[in-house]
Amino acid sequence: MNAIVRRRMLSIVCIVGFFVAWEILCLLFNVSDIVLPRPSQILATLWMRFPAIWPHALQTLYTTLVGFALGIVIGILLGMLIGSSRLAYDVAYPMLVGFSSVPKVAVVPIFVLWFGAGTVPAILTAMIMCIFPIVVNVATGLAATEPELQDVMKTLRATKLEILWNVGLPRTMPYFFASLKVAATLAFVGTVISETVASNRGIGNLMMIASSSFDVPLVFAGLFILAVLGVALYVIFSLIEGRVTGWAVRGDNFSAGG
Amino acid sequence: MTAPVDPSSPPVGNVINLEKVRVTFGGGKNEVTALAQTSLRVAHGEFVALVGPSGCGKSTILKLVAGTLSATEGNVFVAGREVDAQSARIGMAFQNPTLLPWLNIRDNVMMPLKIVPPFKQEFSRKRKSEYRDRVEESLKRVGLAGFGDKFPWQLSGGMQQRASLCRALIHDPTLLLLDEPFGALDQFTREELWEIMQALWIEKQPTVLLVTHDLKEACYLATRICVMQARPGRIVDDSEVPFARPRAIETSFAPEFVALTQRLRERIVAARAVQEAAS
Repeated sequence: MNAIVRRRMLSIVCIVGFFVAWEILCLLFNVSDIVLPRPSQILATLWMRFPAIWPHALQTLYTTLVGFALGIVIGILLGMLIGSSRLAYDVAYPMLVGFSSVPKVAVVPIFVLWFGAGTVPAILTAMIMCIFPIVVNVATGLAATEPELQDVMKTLRATKLEILWNVGLPRTMPYFFASLKVAATLAFVGTVISETVASNRGIGNLMMIASSSFDVPLVFAGLFILAVLGVALYVIFSLIEGRVTGWAVRGDNFSAGG
Repeated sequence: MTAPVDPSSPPVGNVINLEKVRVTFGGGKNEVTALAQTSLRVAHGEFVALVGPSGCGKSTILKLVAGTLSATEGNVFVAGREVDAQSARIGMAFQNPTLLPWLNIRDNVMMPLKIVPPFKQEFSRKRKSEYRDRVEESLKRVGLAGFGDKFPWQLSGGMQQRASLCRALIHDPTLLLLDEPFGALDQFTREELWEIMQALWIEKQPTVLLVTHDLKEACYLATRICVMQARPGRIVDDSEVPFARPRAIETSFAPEFVALTQRLRERIVAARAVQEAAS
């Protein structure tokens, strides 16, 4: 236990040290806050203008979570389809790779054209950002399921659905959660891109307006909020992952807890 | 000693009935005959061992009966019906334990009760009570009492194989298929599991089809032994094992037991010689 505490302490010290070094270097070289504001200035901006920032943060969080949730549902369904059907694999995989190669900034205007500026394009952009890693991982997980484990179920005369539910999907969970951690952060990127291009609300919009009026500390405050939200989502999914897929890690924590 | 297949006896009454089954893999020039026209009948309550050199189609027969492989020609009847979703209640243990790594031992053993009718209909109601006791009882039987909460990777290979046996038997299968389940174990664990297996068979009298390399294992456990030959795979000898039950491990040192294993060994060696001459 002591070793774990020490490791945690060390990592916290290093992270705090990074921001302290930033602060000191800015002071030392007399960097203007229009170029790079100090962490203390960013925190002060956050604190003082919190009532103005807060609705934007909520808007971004809301659109990201909705887009992320849609992305998970569609990603799992597509992944299951691709992972269990040869034809679906051959058809959908090239298309997916093609879609994911398209820069998402280029897609936002199309969404705006279809649905108007605002929340809907942001949700859709967040969604398409996170679909690809989820689909690829779910499909890979299903394809990687050991045939021996499926044979166990087949001799019991299990239906395809029962095999998928009892073997395929549990087997896929480690892959799925690995993709969620990537997708969660990508979803924020999608939302902010869309908000920057076509919205009057959200952190992306806030940052764009702030930068056009050279309010650089506010821009960084926006970045800071995005980073915190991203980390929070990442941590939440890591915790769920630990509970659901501990069998794949075989850590000591798991055997003690499970 | 040889019991030729009697073509006049009706297929009903036999748990397993392979009728002139042929299995080939690949096509055209690359066609490989895994199993030449083969007929095999296994009556209710028999314990039949398939022995032979590797590549002789032992596992192919097992897969045909399990329904994970379909015949190129001929018919496979299990419990009097064509192999399909409705055929007999089957339990199977493999060479590897093949336990699901995300489930603990209890849930692994319970899996057939979740899938196989009529157990599945009552699964959600009884999983915490009656089925749980059933699993505990079964684990106790193979010396795994108290290991239900452990995960497969926390158990040794021998213990995992015991759990795998429990899973194969938990739903009272009428037909038990064993694909070298004792092959990867050490001598003493293996003999212990032979004894357990025999006791379970005497108690529940399921029909068993065992694939093995081990002649001693075949002679100890089986009521009938079929020797197979490779290229193409076929059954070349079919012998009854006359020893009284329950057999003790010491039986395997008795002269008539040794004589039987010797004879089977010579049969397989001869089969291999033919096979090498042919290739």
